Parts: sequence; structure tokens; C-alpha cells
Amino acid sequence: MVKEIEKAGFPIVQMANLIPVAKTVGANRMVPTISIPYPLGDPETPKEQQYKLRHHRVGVALEALETEVQEQTVFKVKI
Amino acid sequence: MKKKAILYLNQFFGQIGGEELADHAPEIREGLVGPAMELNKQLGEVAEVTHTIICGDNFMGSRQEEAVEAILGFLEGKEFDIFFAGPAFRAGRYGSACGHISKAVKEKFGVPVISSMNDENPGVEMFKKEMYIFKGGASAAAMRKDVKAMADFGKKILTGETLLPAEEEGYYGRGVRHQVWLESGVPATDRVIDMLLKKIKGEAFQTELPIPPSDLVPIAPAIKDLSKMKIAIATTGGIVPVENPDRIQSASATRWGKYDMTGMDRLEAGVFKTIHAGFDPAAADADPNVIVPLDALRAYEEEGRIGSIHKDFYTTVGTGTTQGEAARMAKEIVEDLKATGVDAVIMTST
Repeated sequence: MVKEIEKAGFPIVQMANLIPVAKTVGANRMVPTISIPYPLGDPETPKEQQYKLRHHRVGVALEALETEVQEQTVFKVKI
Repeated sequence: MKKKAILYLNQFFGQIGGEELADHAPEIREGLVGPAMELNKQLGEVAEVTHTIICGDNFMGSRQEEAVEAILGFLEGKEFDIFFAGPAFRAGRYGSACGHISKAVKEKFGVPVISSMNDENPGVEMFKKEMYIFKGGASAAAMRKDVKAMADFGKKILTGETLLPAEEEGYYGRGVRHQVWLESGVPATDRVIDMLLKKIKGEAFQTELPIPPSDLVPIAPAIKDLSKMKIAIATTGGIVPVENPDRIQSASATRWGKYDMTGMDRLEAGVFKTIHAGFDPAAADADPNVIVPLDALRAYEEEGRIGSIHKDFYTTVGTGTTQGEAARMAKEIVEDLKATGVDAVIMTST
């Protein structure tokens, strides 16, 4: 899906847990998430912490959209 | 004396349970579990399956290093001559897991590793260069056939039979080149001239050095200033209004939906849920923002970091969905993105 959307000219960032799969299917901008069932917030942690993580990683995704890349790129996250 | 084989299975085929047990930690069992029986039967007099390894797909997906390390630990000191994984059919996480573990086993123990996957399984693209992956069926209905293909080839390797090119054996080409004597005995100079003549005449010919095509799309240019842009969010995580009004399928989806988030600060539990059949829905049902992070995006919208969030989010289910269907749905979504003036997209995948 990412590939088709990018083919149409839209910058797109894929937030995914299985980064190798995202790479294989051809995503160009990628941000890792923490798991498959809860990509952006571990239910074992307090709500505030989940939100903090989510806010941070979505922020990285926004930066990814603003960053020129020459090849498939996985953007680094801090939390 | 019979050679020894070990088989890797996921929690489902290892008869532990379904999706709710996909976090199952790796374990090794002496003897045969599930498909190991068929594999053992097909290996016949050449080899026997001595152990079955079982690991949950999500465990391997999310804690891969830990899983691989544990399994390599199980294998330490075990005598085995060959390692099998799967068949994984069209199950993406399972295919990826089979690839990861097979690659690690091959590197550490130097034994041949064999798997089987459907051509729509992303594991094929990821690992076909590393190992023998046989062209398998789309679902477990092909179990017997796929196991037989793996076993037959395993037997050939173990008995030292001559191995034929990938196409003839039935596995995905690894891009490995071998020198072979052709039975026809026609020398290369003649063959290349024949090819050239065919090319000049516009006839079909078969190259002897196929180059696998790489299929990447040109990278879309970055956006300079998001504060004036409209961002859309899309997901393959199956978040829908609780009634699932468009009846998007829980697996092998052919439908997608777009749902209005106007006036919402976050996606509330009880209003939205996930219908994705590929993982335990508990966390996403309790808080859909873990998949469609509207709350975080609203914060960025509020502070002016992004111009606006497109009013609808786009959604479908990405398990068992063929690449063909996914591409078709994406093209339809693209039309909508264009019509509504969206500038960039965040896609979350599960």
C-alpha cells in the first residue's frame, strides 16, 4: 500500500514493528513501533508513558516526512 | 543409519493455539508435533525428525534476538543433519519467522535449511537468497504437497544427489550461479549467437544469466514545512467503528474504509475497535490510539507543528491480504487523497 501511495507522489512514512518486512515491500521512510498488537503504547505501562512514547514516535514520523532521503531509511527513535 | 532432521513450527501448527497464543515463548520437544509427522513420513528411510521447535509468531516478530538465541541454545549439542521450517503458506509473520530462524541455524550449524512459502508471503523476498524456499500453497490445504516438496529435496541433499536449478527443483531462485555442463553439449558461443539471432528476429529467448528485478518506487521528495500541510493517517491494523459499517474482512481483506474523526481528540474505546484477526485485539480495543495515534497527532496540530489532520482516517486489514489486493485498495485510497488535498501520509502497520 505504501508503495502505491508513494508512487502517486505522496510522501509517506510507514510506522511498523516488522521493519524488515516494510523494507522488503518497498517503504522508503520507516519508523519502528514497539509491537504488533500495540504498535504505539504498551498496555502494561501507565497511560502517560504510552502517550509519551506515541507522541515521540509520531514526532519522528513527522520529521521523516520533512527529511530528504536517498535510499530506504529507518529513522531512529529515542523511546 | 538414518540422518536426523529438526522442524520449526509456529504456535498454530505447533498445536499450542491460535492468535491469542502468538506470544508463546520458544520451546523444543522431543519427537513429532503436527506437520512433523508428515515430514517424518515423507523423509522415509533417509532421515527422521527427532525434535520439533515451536515459537509464537509475535514472540519471534517482537523479540527476535531473544527467540533466535533461545532456539540456537536448544540446538546446541543436538545432532542434526538438516533443518526444516514451516511450510508457512501465505502467513507473513510465520514466513518471516521461518526465514529468521533458518538463516541463524544455517550460519551457526552449517546444515542445509529448507522452508516453503506461497509467493505472496513477504518472507520469500526477505529470505529467498539465504536459503531454499519452496513454492508453496496459499493455505494449509497444501500442507501435504508442500511438506513433500521440502522432504523430497531434503532427501536429495542428504543422499548427495545432483541438484537441479531452482526453477526445476521448485524453489525460489536464490540468485546463486553454478557452472554446469549442459546435456545438449552446445557450446556457449553457439548458444549466445542463437540468442542474438532470436533477439534480432524479435523472437522470445531465455537468458542464461537472469538478473532479478528490483521493484522500488522513486522516493517522494520531503515536505519543507509541515505547518501548512494536511496530513492523512492510514492503517492496516483494522481499526474501524465498532459496528464495522463497511464490513471490512478480518483477514484477506478486499475492502477498506474511511472514517470521520472531526471533533475528536482521540479515538475512544467503545467507539472504535480493531477487527484484525492477526493479533490479540485487547490492547487496541482498550485504546485504539495505539494503532491510529490521533491523540498524538492532535497535539502536533494544536501546536501548529502540522497544518491539519485530514478529517478521515483510512483503514483496512493487512493479514492474508494479497499484494495485488493491497495495491488495488491503495490506488483507490490515492484517488481520495488527491480529491481531498492531502499532502502527506502516515501509515501504521501491525
